Amino acid sequence: MSVSGTWYLTLAAALFSIGAIGLLIRRNILIMFMCIELMLNAVNLSFVTFSRTLNDIGGQSSVFFVLVVAAAEVVVGLGIIVMIFRRSATTNADDLHMLKG
Amino acid sequence: MINSLIFYPLLATSLVSISVFVVGAAIVLAGACGVVLAKNAVHSALFLVMTLFGIAVLFVSEQANFLAAVQIIVYAGAIVVLFLFVIMLLGVDNLELQPIESKPRKVLGAVLIGLVVLAEILLLSRNSWTSGAPSTSGVAFGPGPTINRLADSIFSSYLLAFEATSALLIIAVISAVVLVRRNNFDSTQEDDFENQMPKQILESDSLSSTTGTNANKETKGNLL
Repeated sequence: MSVSGTWYLTLAAALFSIGAIGLLIRRNILIMFMCIELMLNAVNLSFVTFSRTLNDIGGQSSVFFVLVVAAAEVVVGLGIIVMIFRRSATTNADDLHMLKG
Repeated sequence: MINSLIFYPLLATSLVSISVFVVGAAIVLAGACGVVLAKNAVHSALFLVMTLFGIAVLFVSEQANFLAAVQIIVYAGAIVVLFLFVIMLLGVDNLELQPIESKPRKVLGAVLIGLVVLAEILLLSRNSWTSGAPSTSGVAFGPGPTINRLADSIFSSYLLAFEATSALLIIAVISAVVLVRRNNFDSTQEDDFENQMPKQILESDSLSSTTGTNANKETKGNLL
C-alpha cells in the first residue's frame, strides 16, 4: 500500500506555489530561473503521480519530454543571461528596462 | 513479493512508504524554500540540488525508476552544474548578498498571489477531476521493468515528438553558441570592449545609445 496520489498532488501544488512566489519576489535573474526549474519539477511530480494513479505510461513519457525541453531552455536562457551581463553588467531584472524608452 | 507480504504486515509496508514520502516531501519543501530565500546565488543552486534529489526520491517511491535516474543525471549533473558555471563566470561578488530585492508591499502581493494559486490547485484537486480513462496510451505497471514500456511508448507512439526534441536540442546548442559568441572580426575593438563597458554604463543613463553605436559598428564591420 503506497501513499495516495492526493498527497503527491498536494506536495506538487505547494512546490509550484513556492516556485511562483520566488519568481515574483526575487529580482536576480539566475534565481528567477531556478524558481522556474522548481515549477517544472512540480509539474513533473504531478505527471508521474497521474501516471501511477491511472496506470498509464503516457505520464512518464511526458516527463521525459519535459526534461529535454527544460535542458534546452536552460542552455538558451543562460546564454541570454550571459549576453545581458556582458552588455549591461547587471543581473537585476529591475535594471533591464531598455525597452521602456 | 509473497514473502514480504508474509513477513511484513500491510501496515508495516504502508508505514515505510509513508515515512519515505514524508522525508522526501520535507527535503523538497526545505530545498524549495532555501532556493527562494537564500541570499547567495551559489547557495540557491545547492538548495536546488537538494530539491531535485528529493523529487528523485519521490519518483522512486512511485516506481518511476528510470526517470529518477535521469532526474539525477540531467538535472543535478548537468543543469545545476551549468547554473554554477554561469554564476562563477559572471563573478560571485557581483551576485551575492543582494537583499530580498523587492519592496515589502510587492513581497506581500506576491505571497498572496502564490497562496491564491495554491488554493485554486487544491480546490481543483479535491474533486475527482482525474476521471480520464486509465491506460489509454499504454499500461505503466505490469510484468517486466517499466523502462521497457516507456521505451515502447516513446519510440512508437511519440516518435515524431522524439525526433522534434532532437531538432530542438540541435537548435538550442547552435543558438547558445551564436548568442554568447563575440564578434571578433576586429580583435582590438573586442579587447577594448570589456574594459570600457562599465564606463559606458556609468556615463550614459540609457543603454540605447551605446548599443546603437555598437550595432552600427557591427554592421560596418560586416560590410567591410
